[in-house]
Amino acid sequence: MEDRYSIIGKDVPRNDAVAKATGAAAYTDDMKLPGMLHGKLLRSPLPHARIRRIDTSRAERLPGVKCVITGEDTPKVKYGNWRLFPTTQDEYPLAVDKVRFIGDEVAAVAAVDVDTALEALELIRVEYEELPAVFDVDAALAKTAPALHEASPTNISIDRKISYGDVERGFSASDYVREDTFTVHAVSPGYMEPCSSLALCDLDGRITLWTSTQTPYIVQCLLASTLGMRENDIRVIKPFVGGGFGGKMELRPWEFCAAFMARRTGRPVKFTLTRQEELCYGRRRHPMKLWSKVGFKKDGTLVAKDLKILLDGGAYNAMGPTATFLCGNFGAMLYRYPNYRFLGEHVYTNKAPASAMRGFGAPQSLFAAETQMNMAAEELGIDPIELRIKNAMVTGDEIPGVATISSCGFIESLQEAAKMSGWKRKRKNFKAGRGIGVGCYSFISGGVFNWFNTQYPFSAAEVRAFADGTVHLLTMASDIGQGSDTVLKQILAEELGLGMEDIRITSADTAMTPQADLGTWGSRVTLMGGGAVQNAARKIKEELFGTVSARFDLNVIFEMECRNGRVYAKGKPERGMTFGEAVALAQKARRGEPLVARGYYTPRDKGLVTPAFSFGAQVAEVEVDRETGIVSVKKMWTAHDCGTVINPMAVEGQLEGSIHMGLGYALSEELQVENGRTMNNTFLDYKMFTAEDMPPGESVCIETYEPEGPMGAKEAGEGLASPTAPAVAEAVYHATGYRCKDLPITPEKILKGMKK
Amino acid sequence: MKHEITLHVNGDEYPIAVDPWRTLNEVLREDLNLTGTKFGCGSGDCGACTVLVEGRSVNSCLTLAVEMDGREITTVEGLAPSGERLHPIQEAFVERGAIQCGFCTPGMELSALHLLEKNPKPTEAEIRSAISGNLCRCTGYNKIVEAVADAAGRMKPKK
Ligand code: FES
Ligand code: FES
Repeated sequence: MEDRYSIIGKDVPRNDAVAKATGAAAYTDDMKLPGMLHGKLLRSPLPHARIRRIDTSRAERLPGVKCVITGEDTPKVKYGNWRLFPTTQDEYPLAVDKVRFIGDEVAAVAAVDVDTALEALELIRVEYEELPAVFDVDAALAKTAPALHEASPTNISIDRKISYGDVERGFSASDYVREDTFTVHAVSPGYMEPCSSLALCDLDGRITLWTSTQTPYIVQCLLASTLGMRENDIRVIKPFVGGGFGGKMELRPWEFCAAFMARRTGRPVKFTLTRQEELCYGRRRHPMKLWSKVGFKKDGTLVAKDLKILLDGGAYNAMGPTATFLCGNFGAMLYRYPNYRFLGEHVYTNKAPASAMRGFGAPQSLFAAETQMNMAAEELGIDPIELRIKNAMVTGDEIPGVATISSCGFIESLQEAAKMSGWKRKRKNFKAGRGIGVGCYSFISGGVFNWFNTQYPFSAAEVRAFADGTVHLLTMASDIGQGSDTVLKQILAEELGLGMEDIRITSADTAMTPQADLGTWGSRVTLMGGGAVQNAARKIKEELFGTVSARFDLNVIFEMECRNGRVYAKGKPERGMTFGEAVALAQKARRGEPLVARGYYTPRDKGLVTPAFSFGAQVAEVEVDRETGIVSVKKMWTAHDCGTVINPMAVEGQLEGSIHMGLGYALSEELQVENGRTMNNTFLDYKMFTAEDMPPGESVCIETYEPEGPMGAKEAGEGLASPTAPAVAEAVYHATGYRCKDLPITPEKILKGMKK
Repeated sequence: MKHEITLHVNGDEYPIAVDPWRTLNEVLREDLNLTGTKFGCGSGDCGACTVLVEGRSVNSCLTLAVEMDGREITTVEGLAPSGERLHPIQEAFVERGAIQCGFCTPGMELSALHLLEKNPKPTEAEIRSAISGNLCRCTGYNKIVEAVADAAGRMKPKK
């Protein structure tokens, strides 16, 4: 039998790999324009203060300085990604009246070189009136706490409730109820490329901005509103981007300042952040305090769950509202909870804002949920994997009013992870200092909630077909390293029966690619961007099918195909022609009008969360040195359901990268924040796993078919940020008797908590 | 006062005048427009700025340009043998999926070259140790390690 697909499921190398391997790929900071100025930001040294006065005169007089601005020079328009609810938009590009965290941007300088810009920063005098500050959620919620923002006198900026069934009745009907409190810490996305933006203002006053972003469309719109310009007068181009992981999906002050100062000076302006700025002031994963109560029947059947989460949001909302929403949704995922209640509150504190980071609320929520599952399994006397299988969601399950599980390989993932890891044997034959544990995840394939209030489709694609047998794909989807350009080309190649080399791609340029695409976050691109590409490709195909059908006088009931560069009647390849010939003929029939199609994807009637969920299970084996408390991870086994695998090598790469980040979250990475100041400002102090630290791993994809995804595909690689910490925590417990409810797992905590 | 020096980069000579405090990284990227060498931290902790000086890998962000007067420097732009598009290390990185965002890639490749020139048949542990000064946030390193092992097989033994 002929393979179902020609190019889906193949290890196609990334289309930009050669450019990156040779150093030819230009990232934003690699770009230079004639007359370009260099920008630097003055940041607040205080966690909370009123700005009395700013004197920039000395800085302005420094030779080589071309422009100095403060909040007073700007149109003072607040921004934020949740445009649908303008009250959540709480940030100014440069501080107006008040600063709210150490690092809050106060002024900006553009000068002929970086050294001059830095020197000028030192000449700016800011008079502050220091205000009382709060550094954790408890302090922020105290009655006497100072309010960070007038609009939120309680410091709770947004809350989210979910409720179905009857939780109280559920608990009274339970045989076993437990309650636990968990805390999780802040970590950095740690992308290798520091943020950089370069703005150019043309003679008509229009702006072109090259910027290291995951969301060119969001940057375009918010830049327009903060500058008081029209959206179409701003062009945002995403060059090569060195990773984002959620940390580059908002408008940022330096993007605004580059554009604003380029307009003022008539010269291009570039800002590039330092690693110290990234670590100390950059976006981070939310620290959270989670309280969870869960009830079971004696036989392990889940009956009810009550979950309350306080998110330590830092000084601004950033993507916190979405994280608040998602950590509540993920509290109810994986298992069947007939009764569920959630209250999430996003709390302002005087620290660098937390935001989206790989998993977007799920890693925190699932650390608590999965750890509690492991604790319950022990007390119920049921194997943790058995307990999960007993309660696991399956295809067709429904969360009332919230979501339908349209494809689910969770039970198979659990079974496979148990088999690969030798789970039964290793759990039983306990060796002191050795342990094995399990953690699981589910994740979204893009969100359905239109918080950005876009007036366009969520994803769009344009396909232009040419008589030489090639096509041009235009999409605003952003490849930030995950490989979406390659995957979208694969989807198009498969639909049209072409080779990768026949497709030219232009992506992530807001003036050239069709409106719109919400960007790279929440694992949305393969399903949504891919859906748009497929939709456009099918319109092209319809046209070609009509043309070829007319040429060969085919019976109307004939099915037709595009494959191997040809368009023909299915099963009768001789009744057909090459793709290029078909395009030429179609174009003739249209009296020269080129063959172009646009495709769109917008999720409709898909509940409140996502069109499709991924699932997976992971097992970790560790060895703990009982003298030092040092954990060494021996091996990781992962089985995950990401629907149809479009590019196995890319999926594996995502999986391995997730384990790297997951292990860091569990064991080594922590932003140490003292009185609002992030103390670890280098990679020496912020410890990410090196090649030597990484354990070996084994993985398997459980293939399911997701009806909503292109070719049956769905999310891969972001959800996997979640299972690692609970799996390692359980393995450490198995090895030592120390139960971690307070990430990260450190040698000190283990030594203190170890059962002697 | 600026110093007159000559840098030998990828076989080309660049006579330039530099301030004594400027790093090799700045001079490569800004003066010579060799932007394949990246800048990820400036403190010697990430390896994105790795170049070879007389065959040894160094962090260009911690190296002063004036100290490089007359030394042979190899950057990622000089990796492929003349007349060829890719070096075997680059080929292996491309084909093995060792590249995601690509920001660590030039530094990784040069650390790999440093290793393979002195140890043509490294073990996995030796590869991991050789690239342990290069951070990668995307790949989890496995595919990079596989690519380096693969490249060892592709490289012609030196006479
Ligand atoms: S930039 Fe030189 S080691 Fe990071
Ligand atoms: S590929 Fe992105 S940092 Fe290595």
